[in-house]
Amino acid sequence: MDAFILQILNGLDKGSAYALIALGLTLIFGTLGVVNFAHGALFMIGAFCAVTLNKLFSISFETVDPTKTDFLGNPLKVKTPYLESWFGPELGGAIIDWSVPLSLIIAIPVMIAIGLIMERGLIRHFYKRPHADQILVTFGLAIVLQEVIKYFFGANPIQTPAPDALKGVFDLGTWLGLSLPYPIWRVFYFLFAVVTIFAVFAFLQFTTFGMVVRAGMADRETVGLLGINIDKRFSIMFGLAAAVAGLAGVMYGPINPPNYHMGMDFLVLSFVVVVVGGMGSLPGAVLAGFLLGILESFASTTWATTTLPGINQIIIYLVAIIVLMTRPRGLMGRKGVMEE
Amino acid sequence: MHPKPKPAISLGPAAPRHQWEDFMSKNNLTRRNVVKTGMIGSAGLATPMIFTASSAAAFTNEPTGSTVTLGFNVPQTGPYADEGADELRAFELAVEHLNGGGDAGMMNTFSSKALKGSGILGKEVKYVTGDTQTKSDAARASAKSMIEKDGAVMISGGSSSGVAIAVQGLCQEAGVIFMSGLTHSNDTTGKDKKANGFRHFFNGYMSGAALAPVLKNAYGSDRNAYHLTADYTWGWTQQESIAAATEAMGWNTVNNVLTPLAATDFSSYIAPVLNSGADVLVLNHYGGNMVNSLTNAVQFGLRDKVINNKDFEIVVPLYSRLMARGAGENAKGIFGSTNWHWSLTDEGSKAFVRSFGTKYGFPPSQAAHTCYVQTMLYADAVERAGSFNPCAVAEALEGFEFDGLGNGPTLYRAEDHQCFKDVLVMKGKENPTSEFDLLEIVEVTPRAQVEYAVDHPMFAGGSLGTCSTGA
Repeated sequence: MDAFILQILNGLDKGSAYALIALGLTLIFGTLGVVNFAHGALFMIGAFCAVTLNKLFSISFETVDPTKTDFLGNPLKVKTPYLESWFGPELGGAIIDWSVPLSLIIAIPVMIAIGLIMERGLIRHFYKRPHADQILVTFGLAIVLQEVIKYFFGANPIQTPAPDALKGVFDLGTWLGLSLPYPIWRVFYFLFAVVTIFAVFAFLQFTTFGMVVRAGMADRETVGLLGINIDKRFSIMFGLAAAVAGLAGVMYGPINPPNYHMGMDFLVLSFVVVVVGGMGSLPGAVLAGFLLGILESFASTTWATTTLPGINQIIIYLVAIIVLMTRPRGLMGRKGVMEE
Repeated sequence: MHPKPKPAISLGPAAPRHQWEDFMSKNNLTRRNVVKTGMIGSAGLATPMIFTASSAAAFTNEPTGSTVTLGFNVPQTGPYADEGADELRAFELAVEHLNGGGDAGMMNTFSSKALKGSGILGKEVKYVTGDTQTKSDAARASAKSMIEKDGAVMISGGSSSGVAIAVQGLCQEAGVIFMSGLTHSNDTTGKDKKANGFRHFFNGYMSGAALAPVLKNAYGSDRNAYHLTADYTWGWTQQESIAAATEAMGWNTVNNVLTPLAATDFSSYIAPVLNSGADVLVLNHYGGNMVNSLTNAVQFGLRDKVINNKDFEIVVPLYSRLMARGAGENAKGIFGSTNWHWSLTDEGSKAFVRSFGTKYGFPPSQAAHTCYVQTMLYADAVERAGSFNPCAVAEALEGFEFDGLGNGPTLYRAEDHQCFKDVLVMKGKENPTSEFDLLEIVEVTPRAQVEYAVDHPMFAGGSLGTCSTGA
């Protein structure tokens, strides 16, 4: 029982990342009709916002410690972060320690700006081109972005730890009489995903801007004829989708150390999530994200891999095939999307 | 205007003339010529060897001018690009030293004195580089290009056993020497060994033989181990080696779960460990896999758990400083093994660290060390053989005993082309003094403890075959 619930929890935090990326993908596809293969790269850039802020906070000055030597036998240069020097070891250390959550503040404007630059600078020129062209250009962009990150940060993963207060394990089963030790940050990540998803839905549902966007998604031409600049609003939605992916990346850093390739690792799976959920359906993307996360988690158990070797590697694609055969528009897909 | 060629075979005056006959005659084609050409072409296509030495040369890429070209095949893109960059630095340093530049590094401490800093056999050493991308097909393609287009007489480098085995096979076909870089699978000098391939790096069996006694001393002989293993040749052979070595000292292997190489999040593999009754987790992972699986295991609080009245422990059998940096604090106190470490204090290691550190500003990794040493060993073997002929070089390397290259007295065993030398058991350092000071040496396991018979079952199933010159 404990193991069963643990795998559900694992699936939920894995599904959180899928759902957040797929939500952004669906927003872009639903508004602009673009299949954005660079969306995984936006997730990765978000994670590197946290890496960058951590590095900025950790900029240090060197003092020589004559009692110790470095690897060449020279007096050891000891690094002390400026923040610790300015604000004292406790406050300065705490700022560095909380660099990941603080990165959220930086990441929102940065990611919106990157999204807008991507959309205005490149992707808008491909709106009237076939989907294959859009896929090629966004895939190419993703490769460029990851190579840029690799150039500056290297190929190895970089630790971006969670704050000390959010490290460690929390026993979720205390009230149920079960043993369910689960990393605090992963619980935090799931809660963050839920809040973000609700915030996006609330924004679309309860604001005038969101109402116009939804109207544009349903009938772009009519909204345009009413004198509303729907293109501008859709561009902003691209920025918003980039921010959602970026925030998912920022918060993912303490779960697995970011590397330049992490976006590609999530991209294909996120596309499967979008297809299973139904192209253009925001609730479908979220539902499928969590569903496939949980299924993938169960497929990785010893029981599953012993019974059906290799099932952990194909489960998501197997489910996608079954869903598409039985419900060709996906779980919550709308009629008419990509069906001309 | 040229006279119209006459068909070699006449169909007779009464035979009607067809368009294809016009075409054949215009192009000086006859049925016989076509059949002959086709047969020659078919024979060419059916020939498995893609490489042949030129008719005048005794072996592939025999150097005839004043220079000799070596091919360094390292991951320049992909997940091991940082390790590849460090290998490339070491190769550049080795070439500089071979050509008489710098402070000569380990040439001063190497027990063989055949190298004089005047190139190899008086020829200036040049090099070309290829990108393995840590993919077998890409690595073979880049090695093939360096051999065919650039005239490389030796190929070295790499950071994966899958790649090493693939390139080693290609070099055997091509008739050039392959001095492998970082490859730790038993298979490289086991079932996939080749007469033209040589490995200086240690292997999974040696890691197990070195680690097991240290683990027994630290954690006792009554332990239940759970293995997570990368699902490819290196992971399989390392798991087999570690399980055999730890079971021999009384440990029980509870389970071995194969994880996909492409896996990024290991939480769903780690959660079952909690309820398995295991009190040790062995991570047969390398690179990004290792960083993530170790990070996930620590996140789930495994190291804080007490199971079977014992503290839960994690072991990472193959360590690398570059990976330890990725794992950060999670690596503290965790045992593993390495081929070499910059903190060794023998004269060879000190000379290499001084050369490398002065040139690049940081200490070399074990991947850099093995690549530097392999280049020196190749050059030395050529000097002693007096020829670049791969068979003569192989003969010079086989059974070669040397010292002064950082691992103590070392033997290049003739029967399988594996180096036998001391192995380091390491532990993640609790209080590092710098970003390079992440691992500490727990024990230098003597060579005798990690030696094995040529026909050991873990290495059975292949044969060196005969040396290939490509001629």
